[in-house]
Amino acid sequence: MTTSPAIVDVADVSKRFVLHQDKSLKERIVAFARSREHQQDFWALRDIDLSIETGSTVGLVGHNGSGKSTLLKIIGGIIQPTSGTVRRRGRLAALLELGAGFHPDLTGRENVYLNAAILGLTRAETDKYFDAIVDFSGIESFIDTQVKFYSSGMYVRLAFAVSVHVDPDLLLVDEVLAVGDEPFQRKCLAKIADFQREGRTIVFVSHSSDQVGQLCDRVVVLDHGQMVHDGSAADGIKALRSTFEAAHSSPARTTGADGALTSGARIDDVRVTSTSTDLSGDYLPGGDLLVEIDYTIGSVPSGWIAGIDIETPVGQGVYRINTDGLGIELPTSPGNYSLTITLGGNALGAGSYQVHASLVTPQGRDIDRRQPAASFSVSTEPGAVGVVHFRASADLHAT
Amino acid sequence: MADPAATLRSERIALLPLAEVGRPGGLLQGTARSIRDIWSRRELLGLLVRRELKARYKNSSLGLVWSLMRPLSQLLIYYFAVGEIIGLARAIPDFAIFVFVGLTAWTLFSEILSNATSSIIHNQGLVKKVYLPREIFPLASVGGALFNFAVQFLILLIAVLALGRFPLTLDIVYAAAAFIMLVTFATALGVLLAGLTVYFRDLEHLIEVVLAVLFWASPIVYSYTFVRDAIGGSILEQIYLANPVTIAVLGFQRGLWIAGSDPVTGIEWPPDLALRMLGIFLFSVVLLWVSQRIFSRLQGNFAQEL
Repeated sequence: MTTSPAIVDVADVSKRFVLHQDKSLKERIVAFARSREHQQDFWALRDIDLSIETGSTVGLVGHNGSGKSTLLKIIGGIIQPTSGTVRRRGRLAALLELGAGFHPDLTGRENVYLNAAILGLTRAETDKYFDAIVDFSGIESFIDTQVKFYSSGMYVRLAFAVSVHVDPDLLLVDEVLAVGDEPFQRKCLAKIADFQREGRTIVFVSHSSDQVGQLCDRVVVLDHGQMVHDGSAADGIKALRSTFEAAHSSPARTTGADGALTSGARIDDVRVTSTSTDLSGDYLPGGDLLVEIDYTIGSVPSGWIAGIDIETPVGQGVYRINTDGLGIELPTSPGNYSLTITLGGNALGAGSYQVHASLVTPQGRDIDRRQPAASFSVSTEPGAVGVVHFRASADLHAT
Repeated sequence: MADPAATLRSERIALLPLAEVGRPGGLLQGTARSIRDIWSRRELLGLLVRRELKARYKNSSLGLVWSLMRPLSQLLIYYFAVGEIIGLARAIPDFAIFVFVGLTAWTLFSEILSNATSSIIHNQGLVKKVYLPREIFPLASVGGALFNFAVQFLILLIAVLALGRFPLTLDIVYAAAAFIMLVTFATALGVLLAGLTVYFRDLEHLIEVVLAVLFWASPIVYSYTFVRDAIGGSILEQIYLANPVTIAVLGFQRGLWIAGSDPVTGIEWPPDLALRMLGIFLFSVVLLWVSQRIFSRLQGNFAQEL
């Protein structure tokens, strides 16, 4: 198979925002008189190079303020980069906000036509898709009602329905998939899957690593305007995790002159073992999983909690337990401890898993966290897929 | 990707050129591209105009009638207060027609200007979230103002017909030319102001004040004769006549207010009115181009300034 042509080419793009405190004429004149050094610059993006192939699904992830929405807007042409160029081809639909351009005083029908025109459909095309749009939104009986009387769910459903019927080659989505009730969300995801099958390119911003892991074949991680990762979804989510960690692993702990902890606590080591492994070291179902956490306490609030998370490599949560749930009160006196959590009867399905360990205050603030702290793989009898394991068998007889 | 649709799409896209997002800075090239962009979205422009008009009167039972109420009430006020009480009607023949002609032209200008000025800000939801040629918003304001003008103009025609003062003269060309000139000029200013207002919000209020002043700087409720008598021949008169709105109003009056051209009751029109109109029209075309270039530069940062 030949490589797909690029649909978007982002070359060396940077974006600087100048933070203005006020917009009044007076302020402007005052600000003009001051030297430019007083302007507060903020680089939302720095030297981004990105080429997106036709038919790929790219997730843009990063914590708040990392510049992912800015990048999406620059690709969409809504804001212009300070330097660098973006080149693009094919028909674009940007779902940065559902129902942008909906006018509350107009009816659903009028808004469908208006919104479709905004997204680039001609009237004839809208006529053609109109029934499909209304059908997808599931609000037939309200289509001639002014949209200001719609519930917020109906509103976004209609807007989403319009957006996905625009027949785009390139779809930019900014965290709008988390709308509507569950059946509608499933419908949306199914539509996205259709889009992928039809070879449309999707670039979307999301906070949900589950969603990214599920949908994307490529993940770009941004951190403070820099691209820190560009590659597979699984690695991307790991990279995202590490930026999160960097963001909030400033645990309040201090060490004395001899290196001993005087406040806070520290995870020293985390080990996972199994009572039942195969020759290659993979764990087998049915055995007990032992998670040992070695930690040092300087000073911690009483009622603090230690916990573990087990996740798949794409960040899907599988299991989570902590000492609070286990009904254990942890001592607060300084010293070294080792906590073993036994998970009896391993029921995980085949695959690799990561273990995260965390020490948190009763209010949920991190004292220390290791993410990932350890990993392991599980082998099961071949033939099943999933994160849980059953002793599956089949019985067949004629009836 | 075994899906044939996907392969087809990929092949089709491979043939398209990669086009740079945003606009080239070139003066002529950029203009051509902008015009192409806007032209390709003309259907949307129509819908936006309709949206404005529909939304404005959606919940009022009288609907469209309201858009007539303002000029009609203004007409009554000026007719009675200025015409009958102050007594201007004695000096100006067919005073009602005179005032209404002036008001119609003025309403067109002021509506284009004030609506266009705030158009980007009022549509910020769209500007921030969807890429469209942003000139569409001030142009939609122009469209809305033109619709109101059309309604008002229709009433004017009915009125002059009813009063038996229908302008069946060649001078009607003046009105048509003045209309084109005024719309060009107002659009040029409107596009420029729409862009600038995003950066200087004060402009929105400033325009209101300036419009109130400009109203009296054009011969709408008083005739040009008064101006001539007061400052005729001086540099002030030239300044007065350099105002495009003044020239447009005069053009409208020349075309539609036939009592003004009557050899007995008529007033003395400024010399070379036609030439002035042509000059201002050409100036407006250049201004429109310059405005569009400035707007094009400014629009790159709209989304973040709003």
